[in-house]
Amino acid sequence: MATEPEATEPAVPSLVDRYFTRWYKADVKGKHCEDHCILQHSNRICVITLARSHPVLQSGKTIKSISYQISTNCSRLQNKVSGKFKRGAQFLTELAPLCKIYCSDGEEYTISSCVRGRLMEVNENILHNPSLLQEKPSTEGYIAVVLPKFEESKSITEGLLTQKQYEEVVMKRVSATTAMS
Amino acid sequence: MFPLTEENKHVARLLLNTGTCPRCIFRFCGVDFHEPYKRPYKELLNELQQFLESVKDELIWEVPNPPPKKIRLQEMEDGIDNLSENGEGRISVIEDGSIASKNSNLNVCNVCLGILQEFCEKEFIKKVCQKVEASGFEFTNLVFSVSFPPQLSVREHAAWLLVKQEMGKQSLLLGRNDIVQLKEAYKWITHPLFSEELGVPIDGKSLFEVSVVFAHPETVEDCHFLGVICPDCFKPAKNKQSVFTRMAVMKALNKIKEEDFRKQFPCPPNSPKAVCTVLEIECAHGAVFVAGRYNKYSRNLPQTPWIIDGERKLESSVEELISDHLLTVFKAESFNFSSSGREDVDVRTLGNGRPFAIELVNPHRVHFTSQEIKELQQKINKSSNKIQVRDLQLVTREAIGHMKEGEEEKTKTYSALIWTNKAIQEKDIGFLNDIKDLKIDQKTPLRVLHRRPLAVRTRVIHSMETNYVDEHHFRLCLKTQAGTYPSVFCTAVI
Repeated sequence: MATEPEATEPAVPSLVDRYFTRWYKADVKGKHCEDHCILQHSNRICVITLARSHPVLQSGKTIKSISYQISTNCSRLQNKVSGKFKRGAQFLTELAPLCKIYCSDGEEYTISSCVRGRLMEVNENILHNPSLLQEKPSTEGYIAVVLPKFEESKSITEGLLTQKQYEEVVMKRVSATTAMS
Repeated sequence: MFPLTEENKHVARLLLNTGTCPRCIFRFCGVDFHEPYKRPYKELLNELQQFLESVKDELIWEVPNPPPKKIRLQEMEDGIDNLSENGEGRISVIEDGSIASKNSNLNVCNVCLGILQEFCEKEFIKKVCQKVEASGFEFTNLVFSVSFPPQLSVREHAAWLLVKQEMGKQSLLLGRNDIVQLKEAYKWITHPLFSEELGVPIDGKSLFEVSVVFAHPETVEDCHFLGVICPDCFKPAKNKQSVFTRMAVMKALNKIKEEDFRKQFPCPPNSPKAVCTVLEIECAHGAVFVAGRYNKYSRNLPQTPWIIDGERKLESSVEELISDHLLTVFKAESFNFSSSGREDVDVRTLGNGRPFAIELVNPHRVHFTSQEIKELQQKINKSSNKIQVRDLQLVTREAIGHMKEGEEEKTKTYSALIWTNKAIQEKDIGFLNDIKDLKIDQKTPLRVLHRRPLAVRTRVIHSMETNYVDEHHFRLCLKTQAGTYPSVFCTAVI
């Protein structure tokens, strides 16, 4: 993926905003606050990232390690694609796990694909440099790139939240916690 | 001179009596020079009959008193009757004096189904030539191709088995190659006629092709038995109208045993009910190629039509601005545009321009003077200010390969105006000028990943030159190896 500076001034749209549509999935697999953000490029390719509200990105968390080994027999690192038609890619369903993030506080988070498609590449850079994930979650700290089927490129985002819907969910969550306390 | 010899008499008579045309008889007697085939059909028939009668005459000469004509006829009839008893003789009762009356040229040959009869006569060739002239193609030579109905191979095989057997009786051997192929004989007769009629030579390498396709209503009837014996040769396919294609029939004929064939198909072949039909007469011209270089001055003009989900994003493209004119002038059916690389829709192409080539499919006009090409280029350039072309020329198919070969070896220069978020001073960017031959590994950018393989490609940035503009802008001139994604590199620099 191309690297790009994080836009600090709202007047200048970031590269992500220029070419991608943001989609969200809140509370993935029923786990509270484990929100994912899916960046869909205009050419239908999806980049799976962590949403701002994901626990890993909350202050005070330190990532101990990240593992693409999702079971004893399957590692996302083994994914190899070849040729224009990307033969040999692992197929992912919405619920397919992509990687596990282990935090120093003992917590363990599983990141899911959220979209059906074939795995193009995973981000090996975050293995050596886990802080990328927290510093630049929607660019250099991406989790994986998924290529949806051509005929499903519209339908895969049907169950996902738009930016606006996502913000509403986060707002509700905040008011719920303040009401409780 | 009549081409048959004493040796051929027996076979010739047998074939003639079973309904074979004189030219096919020549073929099966191995007459391998062209002249006899070109003679008019009626003359050939008469001469053949005379020749066969002369056999009688020679025999008769040995008899002191030549018997009257009637008796000779009687003898002929006997011979024919014997044949009929063998099963497949077709000859009707002879009513009167001459043998010619029964084998009149109206009968369709049982081997070629009329191909070497009316379909190689001047009249038919004239009809084809009229179509060729009406098609409006420009040509200086032509290649003629012809497709025969599949059962001709079956009938040919049957006739060959018969002749082989008969010659075997005379202790003569007949190989596959001892007979003249139908297609060969057809060429020998028709090529000179085409040349004469159209006034151009026949040349196997010509780009202009005239093709005639013959069909026959009894194809399925004649081939049916092959399908029963070799079902694996005749598998239905989506794009085939009938399973009995010429190739499949040939394959089955190679597989089938001689005795099985004889059981299933009459040798000699029976007389057809109808003559071949002409399915189509088509003309086509091989593609020609035009090449040149183009410049693009617009930032909202894609190289090729930009269509997503059937909806057009931008109304024109470089490809169309150039090709539309070529299509009209060359009167071509369609075109294929290719170029040495491509640029993004919002990028201009300056300098000498990007090499491109256009394949014009089935062009009706192909001969142009360099002046005409020059005018064509001017016409393209006048019609749009978004693009300009130069060095427009006609090229060979091979030359297109050169264009593609150089695609990754060339160097290209780019100029990019770069905005930086952080305020910069001139000294901050000076270090870029000193970097030479920087090797970079570029992963396929995500934006093109859907159409290119995922790979890491090593590219060289030969040199860089910076021009400071203001606190947030500078211009970066790059000299790179072809195939570099310069925008990806630029965003990585800042």
